Amino acid sequence: MHQFEIEGLFPLFELGGQQIAFTNSALWMVLTAATLALFMYGGMKRQLVPTRWQAAVEGVTGFISGMALNNIGPEGRRFVPYLFSIFMFILIANLLGMAPTGVVGLHPFTVTSHLTVTGVLAVLSFAIVLVVGFARHGFHFFSLFIPHGTPALLMPLMFFIELFSFLVRPFSLGLRLFVAMTAGHILMKVLAGFVINGINAGPGIAAIVSIPSFFLMVGITLLELLVSAIQAYVFALLTSLYINDAVNLH
Amino acid sequence: MPQLEQIAATYGSQVFWLLLTFGFVFFVVGRGMVPKIERTVEDRNARIAADLRAAEEARAQADRTEEGYRARLTESRAETGRVIALAKDLAAQATAARVRAVDEETAVRTAEAESQIADARRAALADVDAVAADAARDLVIRLAGVDVPPAVAEQAVRSVARG
Repeated sequence: MHQFEIEGLFPLFELGGQQIAFTNSALWMVLTAATLALFMYGGMKRQLVPTRWQAAVEGVTGFISGMALNNIGPEGRRFVPYLFSIFMFILIANLLGMAPTGVVGLHPFTVTSHLTVTGVLAVLSFAIVLVVGFARHGFHFFSLFIPHGTPALLMPLMFFIELFSFLVRPFSLGLRLFVAMTAGHILMKVLAGFVINGINAGPGIAAIVSIPSFFLMVGITLLELLVSAIQAYVFALLTSLYINDAVNLH
Repeated sequence: MPQLEQIAATYGSQVFWLLLTFGFVFFVVGRGMVPKIERTVEDRNARIAADLRAAEEARAQADRTEEGYRARLTESRAETGRVIALAKDLAAQATAARVRAVDEETAVRTAEAESQIADARRAALADVDAVAADAARDLVIRLAGVDVPPAVAEQAVRSVARG
């Protein structure tokens, strides 16, 4: 659990009773933003025939704009900057949290394994949905909660069910990412503990416990890298679907 | 779980730094860089589409040119055939005219030659009479010793020869 602990590197100032400090979490957020900016900077050559780096950057932007256009329609273009930011921020934060910098003593910190972070991102997405929905449709936005073809008798019930499922969205969005990253990292930690403790317990135990655990851990590590990408994709995809609800209602 | 245990003590700085870094990502990367990259891609796609269209047009133009070439080729072949036929016709006419001219000339020259032959024969016949008269005078002088005047000898020869 040590890997999830926030350590203040140096305090900065107080804001509304909260100590604002430059923490290890803040360091990895800054690293995430810097890595993303660097990655994007490599794609800004804007050549007619792209270099490999430029092609990689254009591949990612194309992927996100394709997702926006498919899920939201022609108006999705307006939301590409936000969807791209959220996808890349989560993806790079997840991947940097898996970086093997612990070998040289710099323990990686997974920003997205913190509920405060994922919660804020989820609230941001939800706020965009609400703002866009009410700005475009006004109170007509509430018709989102009554599916087509609902019998008049069931309308109040359906309204509350749909409203509830709508209001749960930010929680599910934030919790999903937080839980996936936390659980994956704990699993890796547990397997790593098996390997170390098995070796310490002598060669017999090491052969039975450490070696299988090690191979399992290799697989879990790869799976965790996959989960890093999938969770970023899921977050961006669900955000785009929610925005689609707000833009097109049904 | 430190995420929950520390939440009360750290949410301020977590949210602060998240808004700072994510704000940077959104405004600088998301709104600053992504549209430029997308425009680059769109420009490229537009250029590729335009190039493909231009190539298509060039091919259509080439097809049209070839069609025109083929039409002209066919036309030229027909023209050639006509010219050849005309030339043959003219040559045949010229040949016929020359043959006719030569025929006429030949006829004229044949007639001339025939009249010359006739004249020569007449002349020769006249000469034969003169020679015969001379020979007859000689014979008369030697046999009879009489000198007959040439005109009488000639008369006598002519009457004997035509008698």
